[in-house]
Amino acid sequence: MSSRRWRESSRTNMSEEQITQLLSTLRQLLPEIPHSHSHKASSAAKVLKQTCNYIKTLHREVDDLSDRLSQLLATIDADSAEAAIIRSLLT
Amino acid sequence: MDSQHLNPSTLKSRFTARFLRALIKINAQKPISSSSPREIFQRYRRIKVAADKSMAYSVRSRRTWSRATLWKLQSRSRRRLASSGRRSSIKTRTTTTTTTTTTSTNHRAAIVEKTSHEKENKEDHVGLAVQAEELRELVPGGESMDLCNLLDETAHYIKCLTTQVQVMKKIANLYSLE
Repeated sequence: MSSRRWRESSRTNMSEEQITQLLSTLRQLLPEIPHSHSHKASSAAKVLKQTCNYIKTLHREVDDLSDRLSQLLATIDADSAEAAIIRSLLT
Repeated sequence: MDSQHLNPSTLKSRFTARFLRALIKINAQKPISSSSPREIFQRYRRIKVAADKSMAYSVRSRRTWSRATLWKLQSRSRRRLASSGRRSSIKTRTTTTTTTTTTSTNHRAAIVEKTSHEKENKEDHVGLAVQAEELRELVPGGESMDLCNLLDETAHYIKCLTTQVQVMKKIANLYSLE
């Protein structure tokens, strides 16, 4: 029994390090937020909350862009635009 | 930056090619003259699905979140073929919600168990659990991941989402210049 508990706690300790590392990776991906008290080490929960908000922002941007594209598609001529875009984006 | 465009195997190029092909197909399906609000809405839905689908296909099954997205899309199209118009998606959505609740309860129990070991980080862990639940709902396939995998998948998911937004923005700008 005790050996199992030791194994569990050691697994927890390993995960703590991994979690800290992964959290710092996430923090680097998040956009810079000008906070006056940014010197305070962001707790894990805060980083996750910022991550959630950022993902929600990105989802909203995808929605808005899809909306924009759906309206634009209705007003342009198909073939010439497609070829031009593909050429400009991929070459 | 230019070398990224020349390289056909970057995520950006793969996504761009797929998404543009999907856009061309969507554009070809309906005549441009008919632009009723309802049709525009349908087109919006199709474009959004195409964007998410293109990104998931560009990542293939290398990531749990892309596998979850692809599975969701494939099961949705299978249901649509089977029901032939009838709304059976509500039933399946309920099943998924039940699975999510069960898994999240297990995760919450596991995380609460952890807090009994470290008393000083107790508050942090409890807040962490709540935020992790919220994150699990946002990242596709997040319900069945442990915290480490969830964070790893989230980082990759954010990278792909930003690429997706970048390319879509460029396409929209190019289209609006026409």
